[in-house]
Amino acid sequence: MTPSELQSLRELIGRHKRYDILFGLIGVLATLVGVITLLALFIDLVLDGYGRLTPEFFTNFPSRRASEAGILSAWVGTALVMLVTLVAAVPLGVAAAIYLEEYAPRNWITELIEINVTNLAGVPSIVYGLLALGLFVYMLDFGQSILSAGLTLALLILPVLIVATREALRAIPTAIREAAYALGATRWQMVSQHLIPYSMGGILTAVIIGMARAIGETAPVITIGALTFIAFLPPAPFSLDPVTGQPAGPFDWLFSPFTVLPIQMFNWVSRPQPAFLENAAATGIVIIVATLVMNALAIWLRYRIRKNLKW
Amino acid sequence: MSNHSHPIVGGLKAETKSFNFYYGANRALKNIDLPVAEHRVTALIGPSGCGKSTLLRSFNRMHDLYPGNRYEGEIMLYPDNVNMISPTVDPIEVRMRVSMVFQKPNPFPKSIYENVAYGLRVRGENRKSVLDEQVEKALRGAALWEEVKDRLNDLAFNLSGGQQQRLCIARALASNPEILLFDEPTSALDPIATASIEELVAELKEKVTILIVTHNMQQAARVSDFTAFMYLGELIEFGPTDELFVKPKNKRTEDYITGRFG
Repeated sequence: MTPSELQSLRELIGRHKRYDILFGLIGVLATLVGVITLLALFIDLVLDGYGRLTPEFFTNFPSRRASEAGILSAWVGTALVMLVTLVAAVPLGVAAAIYLEEYAPRNWITELIEINVTNLAGVPSIVYGLLALGLFVYMLDFGQSILSAGLTLALLILPVLIVATREALRAIPTAIREAAYALGATRWQMVSQHLIPYSMGGILTAVIIGMARAIGETAPVITIGALTFIAFLPPAPFSLDPVTGQPAGPFDWLFSPFTVLPIQMFNWVSRPQPAFLENAAATGIVIIVATLVMNALAIWLRYRIRKNLKW
Repeated sequence: MSNHSHPIVGGLKAETKSFNFYYGANRALKNIDLPVAEHRVTALIGPSGCGKSTLLRSFNRMHDLYPGNRYEGEIMLYPDNVNMISPTVDPIEVRMRVSMVFQKPNPFPKSIYENVAYGLRVRGENRKSVLDEQVEKALRGAALWEEVKDRLNDLAFNLSGGQQQRLCIARALASNPEILLFDEPTSALDPIATASIEELVAELKEKVTILIVTHNMQQAARVSDFTAFMYLGELIEFGPTDELFVKPKNKRTEDYITGRFG
């Protein structure tokens, strides 16, 4: 190759490389749009609301006076609803995923179910609220209660949980399944002693991401009739009722009226007084931090559990 | 064995009779009559796609795990005289008696100890003294004990590829199988690890009947007592390894072992 040919070759490569740089820049900008928007929103919320984040904010009931109002009933409500969601969604979701992945025969019925499950993940959450209003609140007569809300949100995250659990199961190599079967394991021994433990990282991640979605859901919870103003807590098991003096049953709290954090926030946003907007911003911070902590937990768990799985 | 001579002296551990296997409508194995001598190593050789792995995996009913597969004919297990592929025989029972080592080492993501103990745990054995004893015996049998005895609770993935494969052999041995199937056990290993596995296979036949699939003819010549050459789903020739490699009776066998095709 003559020096002049080499020279022109280098110029050609140089011209081509300009597009590399150009796309690199576009990519950085595109990425920053997402990151900066989130940061801007969060910083705005913090500036508006951090002044209200006192211990009393967490221990006070809502009040007509903005400076005395707190989120006690809302965060307790959210915690209890999440507990019901967790208890209902995890066994259902994991069992359904294992059935579809390992047990179900490959035929058109299974395929139909699979398509349905995937599509359910895209149904607007308010539709779940309407379904739950008819099913849980009226037909099963659970009332406008923590139980109804928890079950509604469980339905909402079920498809996400099923899809993610199936992916975790599918990531386990066939060779591992065959190794267990070749030693004489039954299907359930293979599932319970291998698939479930090895996919635990993926399942836990799915659960936490599902919960992080459920914690911010407002529409379905409003639809089933959560209160916007509530100044008492659900009865703790075996606590004495202040009016009747009767001890509460262990599960009475399930049927108690309630509110949740996003509804409390919504309520304060719609007040005219600016002081309540501060409260709303502070509630927003609590919700976002809870979501971020859950996601961080999911990432950490996935890292911890997958560290030992090399395939 | 109508077209083949009966070169086996001593007992038969198993035998396929007019054995056919279908993947859906595709007939992958055609009228296979293969004797498996007790406490001997029988090698299955042949070009890719000849059905040697399919035949091997029929011996522990692995095909039952996937839909659309069908067996026809018999695979007799002696001295019980049971047809292992009969629908009335539970595949799990067959897999408890006929164990398997796979192409790539596939240890469970558990400790070395738990990997070896798994076959016993599946059988409901949870007494620590029994497990300890059997795990040590199996690891010694797989020539791995000295290397791992001080780190039995380490994760199996921390072993080298060759050690992992010997661990898988120990795992298969721990439950005292009658037949041990090897499906190209050294294809993912380096030459030194391969040599140690081959040595091990030769030793193990004292305890267990061995059936090994290999794409490596030198390996078949080194480790086996009998060799079966398969081609396009048929058993072309079967005989003592030294005879089959020195003076094959069939032209196709000769072409294959002399490297003219395959």
